[in-house]
Amino acid sequence: MSVELISANHAAALAATLAGRANRSARGFCSGVYPITPSTECMEFLCGQEIEKGKVVRADSEHNAMGICIGASAAGARSFTTTCSNGLAYMVENCVAAAGYRLPIVMSVANRTLGPPWNIWADHGDSLLLRDLGWLQLYSADNQEVFDTVLCAFRLAEDPRILMPVLCCMDGFILSHTMAQVEIPTQEQIDRFLPPATIPQRLDKAAHTLGQMETPHQSVVHRSQHHQAMLGARQVYSEIQDSFTEIFGRRPADPLVSYRAEDAETLIVSMGTLGVTAERVVDQLRDQGQAVGSVRVRMFRPLPDTELRQLFGGKKRIAVLDRDISIGFGGALWGEVRNFADRDSIVQGYMIGVGGGDVRPEHLLNLLAELEQSEESAAPKIVEVA
Amino acid sequence: MNEPALNGMALTRQDRSEPLLRSGNSNCGGCGMSNLMQMLRRASAEHELKMVVPACCAAVTSGGFPESAFSIPTIMSTFASAASVATGIAAVAQLNEEKTRVICLAGDGGTYDIGMGTLSAAAERNEDILYLCYDNEIYGNTGGQRSSATPAGAATTSTLHGKQETKKDIIGIMAAHRIPYAATISLAHIDDTLRKLEFALVSKGFRFLHILSPCPTGWKSEPAMGIELVRLAVRSGLFPVFEVFDGERYQINVEPDFSGEALTMYLALQRRFRNTGVTEESLRPSIERYWNYLRLMSGRIVPARRN
Ligand SMILES: Cc1ncc(C[n+]2csc(CCOP(=O)(O)OP(=O)(O)O)c2C)c(N)n1
Ligand code: SF4
Ligand SMILES: [Mg+2]
Repeated sequence: MSVELISANHAAALAATLAGRANRSARGFCSGVYPITPSTECMEFLCGQEIEKGKVVRADSEHNAMGICIGASAAGARSFTTTCSNGLAYMVENCVAAAGYRLPIVMSVANRTLGPPWNIWADHGDSLLLRDLGWLQLYSADNQEVFDTVLCAFRLAEDPRILMPVLCCMDGFILSHTMAQVEIPTQEQIDRFLPPATIPQRLDKAAHTLGQMETPHQSVVHRSQHHQAMLGARQVYSEIQDSFTEIFGRRPADPLVSYRAEDAETLIVSMGTLGVTAERVVDQLRDQGQAVGSVRVRMFRPLPDTELRQLFGGKKRIAVLDRDISIGFGGALWGEVRNFADRDSIVQGYMIGVGGGDVRPEHLLNLLAELEQSEESAAPKIVEVA
Repeated sequence: MNEPALNGMALTRQDRSEPLLRSGNSNCGGCGMSNLMQMLRRASAEHELKMVVPACCAAVTSGGFPESAFSIPTIMSTFASAASVATGIAAVAQLNEEKTRVICLAGDGGTYDIGMGTLSAAAERNEDILYLCYDNEIYGNTGGQRSSATPAGAATTSTLHGKQETKKDIIGIMAAHRIPYAATISLAHIDDTLRKLEFALVSKGFRFLHILSPCPTGWKSEPAMGIELVRLAVRSGLFPVFEVFDGERYQINVEPDFSGEALTMYLALQRRFRNTGVTEESLRPSIERYWNYLRLMSGRIVPARRN
C-alpha cells in the first residue's frame, strides 16, 4: 500500500489500470476512450499506462468508445471507459446496448452540465440520463472513495449474480481536478480482490447470438431478471465491502453514508460532494444545539429503499438537495426519496448547485433556517447559486 | 478454379460443415445477402469466425432469441456501431493470440450513412476486421427508404418519384483511407467472389468488401432474377468489379462490354426504375466518367479483354 497525491480522475484511471492488469491471467483488458472536459484526464492517464494483455483504443466518439467496450467485454475482457455531459448523452444508445447484453463494463463519469448552452461545471443531469437503463450508479464524495468505488464496481459488475454495467460518478472539477491523498494498494492485493473476469455470455465457440430480437414476453422476462439482479446488488455489495476490508484493511463507504442522522430531527439528503458540505453544516448546527443530520446517497441504483425508509422514520423535516433538475418536475433524488418519509414529515426539495453553482455552507444554512419555519412541504424550490 | 460442384448444390471440402446461414432464416426469397452468406461459407472453412451485425435486414435474419440462423458466434450491435464493436472483439482476440477472424455484416445504411464515422475510424486505425457491406441500395429493414447508396433514378418509399442524387462512391472513400484491401463483389462471378473472400479472410488489417445485393422486395424484381440482375449491372459497366490494394493499386477484375441492351434490361427488370425518367442514355455519361477514372487509376487505358 502506498499513498499518492492524485486527482480523482487519475484515481479512477489508476484503479481501472490496476483492475485491467489483474485480468492478465484471463482475457485481458480493453477499453475505448474519448476525451471530454472534465473527464479527459482520466482517459489521458489510461492512454499513458502499460497494461499487460491490455489495449486502450483511441475512439472517434463516445458512441464508439462504448461500442469498443461492448466488443471487448463481449469477447470476455475486462472493460472500462470514461466520459460525461454531452459525451455521455452521445453514448446513451450504446449504454442501453451494454446493459441489454448484461456486460460488466465500468464507467467513470465526472459529472458536468449538459449543453448547449455550453457549461463545463458540475451537475448530475448527465449521469441521471442513464437512471432507468439498467446500470448501477454510485456517487462519490472524495478521491479515495472514487478509487475504491471503481475497484468495487468491477467486483459488482462481474459478480455472476449481477452481471451488468456500473457507473461511478464524481462531481466534475470539484473532485475530478482536485488533488488529494489516495491510498493505493499493491497489484498483488488488487489481484486478490479482483479474480479473473468470467463473462458467461461471451462470444466463444458456441454459435449463439447476443442481442437478437425477442418477443414482448421474452423482453419482460429479461427486464425482470435484470431488475432482480440489480436489487441483489445491495447484498452483494456488503459482501464486497467485507472482502475489501479483509484485503485492503479499510472499509469502502456504505450505499448510504449517514452522519449524525440517528437522533436528528432534520435530515439533509444529497448525492456527491454536496454531502460533504452538508456534513459541515450539520456540525455547525449541532454546535448550536440543533438536531440536524445528513444522509448521502452513494448508491442511487439500486436505491437503498429499506434503509432510507428506516433513516427517514420519525424525522420532522427532510431537505432533499438535488444538483440536477428534471425540468417540469423537480429534483430527481427528491422525486425518488420523498415517499420514504413518514406521512407527517415535511419533505422539501431544493435544486441547488444546478449548472455547477458553488454551494457553500451558508446556502444550506439559509435554506435550513427557512425549512425550520415551514409547517408543510412546498413545491420543490430552485435555489440560485452563482 | 473454385467452381462449386454441381452449381453449388453439393458440399465439398471447401465448405464449412454447417451453413453460415441456416435454413429457416427469415430472409426474403432471392435475397442477395443469403447468396453472400452461402459463398462466405465456401470461402471460410478454414477459419474461426465471429460476426457483428448492426441493425439491418441481417439483424432480423438471425431470428428470435434463443435460436439463431447464424452458425457462428454473433453480436447484434446498434445501427452505427458495427465497426467499433468489431474493434473490441478483434483487439481481445489479438491480446489472446487467437486466430479468430472478425466480420461485420452490414447494410448500406449502416455503412454509407449512420455508420460512416465508425467505419472511417476503424479503417483509419487499420483494425483487423473484414467488413462486408451488402448493398441493397435502400433501408430494407424499415421498408425501403432511400440511403446514400440508392442510385439516382430509383424510387424508394421516401423518394416516390425517384432519388435525385447520385450514389456515394464507397470504394473511393475506403481507398482514400489507404486500407490494405477494398474490393467490389459481383454475386454473379463466383470465382472472383470466392477468391476475394478467401484473400480478405487471410489478409490482416482493415478489409472492405462491397457487394451489390439484389433485394426483390425493394427493387420490385423477380426473386429468381437476382443473380441475373447483378450480371447485367456488371456487363453494362454500371457495377464495376475491381479491387484496390493499399488504397493505390487498382485492379479491374471483370471487363464489361458496356452493353446498352444489358443496361436497358437491368432497368426494365426492376419496377423501382419505372417512370422515374432514368434510361440507358441518362446513365451512360456517369458510367463512362467512372470508367475513365477507373482506367486512370488502374493504369489500364485499353480494356484487357471482353467477356
Ligand atoms: C439509431 C437507429 N436509427 C434508426 C433505426 C431504424 N433502422 C433499423 S435498420 C434501418 C435501415 C437499415 O438499412 P441498411 O443498413 O441498408 O440495411 P438493410 O435493412 O437494407 O439490410 C433503420 C433505419 C435503428 N435501428 N437505429
Ligand atoms: S428486404 Fe431485401 S435485403 Fe432485406 S431480406 Fe428481403 S430481399 Fe433481403
Ligand atoms: Mg440496405
